[in-house]
Amino acid sequence: MTWRAIKNALAGLLAGLAGGILLGVLVAVWGAAILSLVQGPGGWQHGAIYVTVSVLVFVLVPWVVQGLAMLQRSRIRATLGTEIPAPARTSGPASWLVGPWLAAATWRQLGYHVLAVVTGIGGAVLAVLFPVWPWLARQMTRTDERLARALLGPGSREALALRVESLARSRADLVDAADAERRRIERDLHDGAQQRLVSLAMNLGMTRERFEGESEPVRQAIAAAHDEAVLALTELRQFIRGLHPAVLSDRGLVAALSGLAARAPLPVRLQVDVPRPASAAVEAVAYFIVSEALANVAKHAQATQAEVAVTRTGHTLRIAVTDDGRGGAAFGRSDGVDGTGLRGLAQRAAAVDGTLKIDSPRGGPTVITAELPCES
Amino acid sequence: MRIVIAEDSVLLRDGLTRMLTDGGFEVVEAVPDAGQLLRAVAEHRPALAVIDVRMPPTHTDEGIKAALVIRRQFPEVALLVLSQYVEESYATDLLSEATSSVGYLLKDRVAHVRDFLDAVRRVAGGGTALDPEVVAQLLVRRRDDPMERLTPREQQVLKLMAEGKSNAGIMSALKVSPSAVEKYVTNIFLKLDLPAASTDHRRVLAVLKYLGS
Repeated sequence: MTWRAIKNALAGLLAGLAGGILLGVLVAVWGAAILSLVQGPGGWQHGAIYVTVSVLVFVLVPWVVQGLAMLQRSRIRATLGTEIPAPARTSGPASWLVGPWLAAATWRQLGYHVLAVVTGIGGAVLAVLFPVWPWLARQMTRTDERLARALLGPGSREALALRVESLARSRADLVDAADAERRRIERDLHDGAQQRLVSLAMNLGMTRERFEGESEPVRQAIAAAHDEAVLALTELRQFIRGLHPAVLSDRGLVAALSGLAARAPLPVRLQVDVPRPASAAVEAVAYFIVSEALANVAKHAQATQAEVAVTRTGHTLRIAVTDDGRGGAAFGRSDGVDGTGLRGLAQRAAAVDGTLKIDSPRGGPTVITAELPCES
Repeated sequence: MRIVIAEDSVLLRDGLTRMLTDGGFEVVEAVPDAGQLLRAVAEHRPALAVIDVRMPPTHTDEGIKAALVIRRQFPEVALLVLSQYVEESYATDLLSEATSSVGYLLKDRVAHVRDFLDAVRRVAGGGTALDPEVVAQLLVRRRDDPMERLTPREQQVLKLMAEGKSNAGIMSALKVSPSAVEKYVTNIFLKLDLPAASTDHRRVLAVLKYLGS
């Protein structure tokens, strides 16, 4: 079917072009002769030629039209196998001269020959391009899409703005989800493992009391199990608190921070001026920054005291942790191998669009400053 | 001695009941939430209530709130609050209304049965039992006031006093002589400008001052 169509298209091109050129030449000659007659022929010989040519063409054109129609009909028959009957011939006294011009069939056929030029060229082009149709279709689709995007949708600047907005939203959702997940895990551990472990430690404690009169190995075994349970309980408690301090959701940042300051192994002065609370996610980040910064101070700074200042001005929560230690703190490697965890803090701050700076000259003092934007 | 327990975990409720019963106390009722606690206390008028901080429905600080209600309605009921975490802000709330017959301990402490039962007896007897962690937190909070005049050793002694320890208890905890403890205690009274009165009364005042309000 396809090959037949291609054959037909190519034959259509030849026939169409041939008809087009032939008719075109005839019409051009006729037009020129008529024009020359109207403008005034130079001498009677010329006039006679012009008149002859005009009449000749007038007579010839219907013949050519019918001849071409025959050619086209046979082309259709040859390539497509479709039989198209010829229209009835005109008859009457002047049938050979004026008759064809009066027949609707002649005008229809003339119309066909004009169209045949267009369909011939178009069909042939499409047929020749047949092997690359899929590619062409893809290109057209792509171009169409590009055009539509460029002309029908938002401009590139607007698109970028939309993208940034959607990214910011999805990241905020992600941060909130992570925060909620930590809270859920904290709750699950509190209600589950922690209670069970308290119960276990308590039972072992009671067993230890009850078997005090037993032999040394028995007492030792029970004591070891009891001590281990107590240790596990302490570790789990610290782990859970590190995950998400319950007091942060219950009583807010100030209560959570004063607990942190109190637990630190060195004296910590705490100054909090937060007239309006920030969002839960931002407060959690603030809490962890202070927590990690203080842990760092205790571990690396050799400081005798530290100060934590948390202030909110407008839409910014500012956290500053200062110590009087030896200084020299830096971000360290991203995998945290060299152990300061400060890079992790910077990442945490960045997750809520905040910044974290370290100012820690050798010899101290060290100041870690974080600024977190808060909308509410 | 009659005790009411409020604890939402079945496991711990049963464990605490068993331990306190073994320890010679009478657990008259063990309930899972604050509402039932208030009802049980009104009904039984126990000598002491053991209260978990985090209970249904909100799982935040129901226990502290219930303890404060009990203290206002039934001041004769001693309160021992247990918490998975010691939070300074919970402790301050509790101690702002109750400075005697009150205890605030980490839940972990129930593992050390003898110490825990001692604490129960001390609180029921009108004393205090504050978790060392609570005390440490309160101590940090009050760094800017008269407490700063105390030497670290005196602060340690005061801390033990706040935990409810007697001179003998402080002596064994710090491994010092009785006369040394006497000296520290006298210095504390002096530095905190406490009026001359019976030693017991001054002790309470010192702890009160220490806890602030």
